[in-house]
Amino acid sequence: MTATDQLLFEGADWDFRTLQRICDACEHVARDELGLDVYPNQIEVITAEQMLDAYSSVGMPLFYKHWSFGKHFAFQEASYRKGLMGLAYEIVINSSPCISYLMEENTATMQTLVIAHAAFGHNHFFKNNYLFKQWTDADGILDYLEFAKRYVAHCEERHGRLAVEHTLDAAHALMSHGIDRYPGKKSLDLRAEEKRAGRRRAHEESAFNDLWRTVPAGKVKSGAILDVERRRQMLGLPQENLLYFLEKTAPRLRPWQRELLRIVRHIAQYFYPQSQTKVMNEGTATYVHYRIMSRLHQQGRLTDGNFLEFLQSHTNVVFQPEFDDPRYSGFNPYALGFAMMQDIERIVTNPEAEDREWFPDIAGTGDTMGVLRDIWANYRDESFISQFMSPRLMRHFRMFHLHDDPEDRSGILVDAIHNERGYRRLRRELARQYDVGFIDANIEVVDVDLAGDRRLMLRHTVVKGAQLSEADTKRVLQHLADLWSYDVSLVESDASGTVLKEYVANPRNISVAA
Amino acid sequence: MAIHIVDRRLNPGSKSLENRQRFLRRAKALVQGAVKKSSQDRDIKDVLEGGEVSVPIDGMDEPRFRREGGTRDMVLPGNKKFIEGDILPRPNPSGGKGRGAGEGDSEDTFRFVLSRDEFVDLFLDDLELPDLAKRKLAEVESQGIRRAGYTTSGSPANISVSRTVSRALARRVALRRPRPEVLAALEAELEDCRDEARRAELMAEIEALKAKIRRIPFIDPIDIRYRRFETVPKPVAQAVMFCLMDVSGSMTEHMKDLAKRFYMLLYVFLKRRYRHVEIVFIRHTDRAEEVDEQTFFYGPASGGTLVSSALQAMHDIVRSRFRPDDWNIYAAQASDGDNSYADGEVTSRLLTDMILPVTQFFAYLEVGQENGLSYEMPNSSLWTLYEGLRASGAPLSMRKVNERSEIFPVFHDLFQRRSQQERTGS
Repeated sequence: MTATDQLLFEGADWDFRTLQRICDACEHVARDELGLDVYPNQIEVITAEQMLDAYSSVGMPLFYKHWSFGKHFAFQEASYRKGLMGLAYEIVINSSPCISYLMEENTATMQTLVIAHAAFGHNHFFKNNYLFKQWTDADGILDYLEFAKRYVAHCEERHGRLAVEHTLDAAHALMSHGIDRYPGKKSLDLRAEEKRAGRRRAHEESAFNDLWRTVPAGKVKSGAILDVERRRQMLGLPQENLLYFLEKTAPRLRPWQRELLRIVRHIAQYFYPQSQTKVMNEGTATYVHYRIMSRLHQQGRLTDGNFLEFLQSHTNVVFQPEFDDPRYSGFNPYALGFAMMQDIERIVTNPEAEDREWFPDIAGTGDTMGVLRDIWANYRDESFISQFMSPRLMRHFRMFHLHDDPEDRSGILVDAIHNERGYRRLRRELARQYDVGFIDANIEVVDVDLAGDRRLMLRHTVVKGAQLSEADTKRVLQHLADLWSYDVSLVESDASGTVLKEYVANPRNISVAA
Repeated sequence: MAIHIVDRRLNPGSKSLENRQRFLRRAKALVQGAVKKSSQDRDIKDVLEGGEVSVPIDGMDEPRFRREGGTRDMVLPGNKKFIEGDILPRPNPSGGKGRGAGEGDSEDTFRFVLSRDEFVDLFLDDLELPDLAKRKLAEVESQGIRRAGYTTSGSPANISVSRTVSRALARRVALRRPRPEVLAALEAELEDCRDEARRAELMAEIEALKAKIRRIPFIDPIDIRYRRFETVPKPVAQAVMFCLMDVSGSMTEHMKDLAKRFYMLLYVFLKRRYRHVEIVFIRHTDRAEEVDEQTFFYGPASGGTLVSSALQAMHDIVRSRFRPDDWNIYAAQASDGDNSYADGEVTSRLLTDMILPVTQFFAYLEVGQENGLSYEMPNSSLWTLYEGLRASGAPLSMRKVNERSEIFPVFHDLFQRRSQQERTGS
């Protein structure tokens, strides 16, 4: 290893030896001074075009083929070519080894920043946060994606591209409702999953006997109609994971269609923690890169010029426009996350009386990294904000809470501001904005009419009067009906049970479902 | 812990190509509509250039359950003057939805860039001429020559020295032909050597080597290779396309549009076969002039109708600028069929004596009124005239067109028929 007081590089150019030196230096700080625990790192240098490719397949290095990715690619390419959109400096994948993609056109300073940010910040978060541990399988994901890609291609060969496309379209439409939200199910083991699918297919082929097709179907022995409670229990109702429900119970799906639903469901589940930890994840990575870069500068391994370059892009990343700024589009997760991490550092090392009152457990304990590592491991955005947003930070951002009730003709009410009366309400409301329970519509399968026309019944529990947008809902239900192959109805009702709206969709006659 | 650093830049890019093709297939109808629309706005020459098209997002959207409306609570940064309990007026009735409305909004029309090939494929596909390029079109072929390896016989001018020498070298090495240096060394030794026995030995050795050198020639006839050339038929790589159009008052916009579409197709077709295609626009009333494209289609003009004037102009241009030996000449004439009666004889003489002998293809397109039915139209004077010429054996192609939708079939038909004629002829 090189001496720890030498400059890592000068100017903006880098080569692979420079990258190696940067990695070693970052790792030294991350491991020995910050106490981070990371997956092995793999760093890949890619071109802008490859970055665009990666964008269009949700950032994953390999993915099955589907037209929607081509659509995103065309859209992103067009806006990139026109200069409307810059590309990210990096993409990092929650896998083991943890793969970070670096753009080739980054300067040496930017590469250092990006390595510190992704290969150590995000990486530590992926490995340690409870949600990721619970819901994702970092060791198996790349193999599983490879399997998914092969399986989809295989299905296209056997059953035709169109049939596969229909099924995937429908599955994608339901993707946001293909997630198990509550633990209890055993966590994913994607390798076993892949083997299991292979075995199932092999069994199917070995057990195939054309004679069965010719056996005349007997009279259905339904007998007594199951009573409602028993039926709901057998079907596992109510069920909010629509894809899971279809995969297990849709009467006329082919085995390969069930497997496709399963693939889409697993991938949705894999991304589920990321959507719940945006602020924390980016906050962690930003805080880590800030610490590492500052330390490298302190050690004399970055020139003042390079450090200024870093500070400039860091400042851009954590910029938070105010609500009346044309650039405003919600809270910037980098800004909010980084500010909270820094604020926690302040509370731990240099608390004021107010902090001691609000955060008696951590104020003044002095072990910044210990506290932060614990937080990074055990919280998600919603709980993180509702526990650790300090009054000082709310004042800093000058937060206020608006309550917009369309019924109220007079206007929008300012419900709370950054003052003694408002802190707790502000914090609760902000945390709620990050609560997945409130972000996604609450839609459940409530019943199936087994005795009658096999209609699948769904219910959307309306919260705060926000109903589903009609055009989209009709199209999604159409997909749902195609998979279920009988009628599907969706009822929107509010908490008191009043029905607000009802949709019914009939399956289209698609030959593959027959 | 070792960190792996991998250079992926050389990996094949465009992993998304297949996804892109799937997307285009999926959105085919929409993209085709857009291509058609965008080709209407273009000049003939630009029609092939690919470029940006914009398609509505409907039909290839990805629906999700989304919610809208209802009571909304939001926490915002940057409070300046609000205090708890303030009531803010709503910006405007619809503005409440503005910012927070979410994803769907930004993508309702969708613009992206098609490559040139994608564009032409979609364009031709729309014409339902899937294998147009395969149709053989009579064209002047000159013979070109092309290198085709080496041969053992040929003219001395074509000897390939390098190939011959390298084969000779290989043979000499293989047969162990003594190298001159070895011989020279022995001879030098002989000069200095005073020992008789050794001298005799050396002389015998030298003699043997010399004999061997004589037996194994430096270059043997079997070493000699000639460069081989093949003659290949070489299409004349340039074509000129004459667009002749009657622009007298009786030609409506609709008729001109039909003509433009036909020219466009012909241009696309030629462009696919020839490296270089020139277009000459000749419009005529009772006199003809060469004009640019804009004037050709949109410039106002009025007057009587003398078709012969256009043919005469074309003939002059061919003579001065496009030598028939060097150029493939195509001509397409569009007219509503009016021609002054007195002009008939001049026209037919010009056509049969001057124009047809030098052109590859001469098409006459009679454009009619919208909603008119071609079989109900009485034959116009020009049509009758050309019909007569054709009956007496002139290679003319002629069609009547009333509707836009007929352009493509007619175009198809024209080329198909020609190739059949050719087959029966050969």
